[in-house]
Amino acid sequence: MRISKEEVAKIAHLARLEIGEADLGRFAGQLTDILDYMDILNEVDTSQTEPLYSPVEHETPYREDEARSECSKEEVMRNAPRSDGEYFLVPKVV
Amino acid sequence: MPDYEAVIGLEVHAQLKTRSKLFCACSTVFGEEPNRNTCPVCAGMPGALPVVNKKAVEYGVKLSQALDCQVNDRSVFARKNYFYPDLPKGYQISQYEHPLAEEGQLEMPVNGSMRQVRIVRIHMEDDAGKSIHGAENTSYVDLNRTGVPLLEIVSGPDIFSPDEAVAYLKSLRNILIYLDICRGNMQEGNFRCDANVSVRPRGRPEYGTRTEVKNMNSFRFVHKALTYEINRQIELLEDGEQVVQETRLFDESSGQTKSMRGKEEAHDYRYFPDPDLVPLSISVRDREEWSRELPELPLSKWRRFLRDYALPEEAADILTGEKDMADYFERVVACFGEPQTVGNWMISEMLRELNEGNISASESPLAPEQLAELLRLIQQEKISSKIAKQIFPEIFARGLDPETYVEEKGYLQITDESRLQEVVREVIAENPDEAASYKQGKKKLMSFFMGQVMKKTQGQANPKLVDQLLRSELGG
Repeated sequence: MRISKEEVAKIAHLARLEIGEADLGRFAGQLTDILDYMDILNEVDTSQTEPLYSPVEHETPYREDEARSECSKEEVMRNAPRSDGEYFLVPKVV
Repeated sequence: MPDYEAVIGLEVHAQLKTRSKLFCACSTVFGEEPNRNTCPVCAGMPGALPVVNKKAVEYGVKLSQALDCQVNDRSVFARKNYFYPDLPKGYQISQYEHPLAEEGQLEMPVNGSMRQVRIVRIHMEDDAGKSIHGAENTSYVDLNRTGVPLLEIVSGPDIFSPDEAVAYLKSLRNILIYLDICRGNMQEGNFRCDANVSVRPRGRPEYGTRTEVKNMNSFRFVHKALTYEINRQIELLEDGEQVVQETRLFDESSGQTKSMRGKEEAHDYRYFPDPDLVPLSISVRDREEWSRELPELPLSKWRRFLRDYALPEEAADILTGEKDMADYFERVVACFGEPQTVGNWMISEMLRELNEGNISASESPLAPEQLAELLRLIQQEKISSKIAKQIFPEIFARGLDPETYVEEKGYLQITDESRLQEVVREVIAENPDEAASYKQGKKKLMSFFMGQVMKKTQGQANPKLVDQLLRSELGG
């Protein structure tokens, strides 16, 4: 499967990654190689096989509906690049 | 001008009334200080692992059962990828290919006939946080709401007018409230709605190009926004122009829908199964247990009210329109009987007071037993219904015992025959001309005499007795 430079640029944009013009070709090649390698799997007939959504197939583990505080607001806010102690501050988005 | 028909599909987001969030133990309490209800899971810290809240699954299954949906044996949580500051993980955990439930229907009465709207799917997802946009170049992000459980309910394109859209939303909201799984308050945002709208010449099988209308946070605004959008699309087609597929926001101040131009970068959410969560398989045992716990739903209650209480449809609509109202009604009827009298009193007198105080029937200061007692006083002719209506606002507001109140205030009806006889004679003596006319056949004057007697007795005379006395004094 051929991945074009345009597709690399689009995926990069969706992932908010900045990729210089020079690198587009390199990544297009690498992504193509990876997908070609995965294509080997297509040789196996999976028409009768259920897709595997998780490697651990067992009963759904549930959490009971009990509210508790597992860490303080201060601990969570400590990870904010910018904060006023109350809110996370980000460049204006509207 | 050809006749056009609108086609509407609605997507509702219902916030569930769980104590904790969908994938972590943080509280869902509203109005907490910003970012208090957060933890590594909902704040999107690397390595934090989500575990699904069983209550949220229960609520989702119960709604699915109430809407006759097929609940899937296995549903899969998927990541919906997009970037926004109030979505710290960089993706919303939703369901895509394998939703919780599919293919149901909602049945509702509209203008006297029954309408079915297909439910395409119901899926679970977590809510985003809130951004407050400041004056300077800063937005303020509060993650308290991030991760609160939502159900998304997607209708088929089976709704053909703004009236029907509002009827559908009210029915769905009512079901959620009967199930006690959602607060259903549009202003507070725990019941939200987006609409897909298109128009086509009536009778055409294919759909027109649709727009998605957002930001309608009351039933009134839904009606207004849809009416505007339908007319806008018809006018475009009439002018030979095309409807552009886009998202439009309803603007409350102008009553118009406006294009979200610029933000409409083609959606590419790159959904894939969330590797942090195993598929959700709901055991038969849980499903059966939850199904047994389903309460009587609004439509069944509505039908039962028509059948068992012989109420007119309009009365049944109002009484079952709020679960609290229906419960109150049945408690009064249990004490007093006479469902139609009870219904009339609740709809005319009590509803007015509830609306004035902006409270629900369960918050009524007057207990159902007290309303029953008031009605009994009328039935026993201890007070007239006119007096009852007159004193109702006060005994309602203060939750007063009706019998004590009317005794203390001296509102008890006068049933003392000799006393009334005196009043009747007085009235006749004071109005000799009318009395003469009456005797000559002007029987309509009976109500004049009745009015005079009531005036002299402050409305407390027993009308039946007065009627008898007047007839015998005036001769027939």
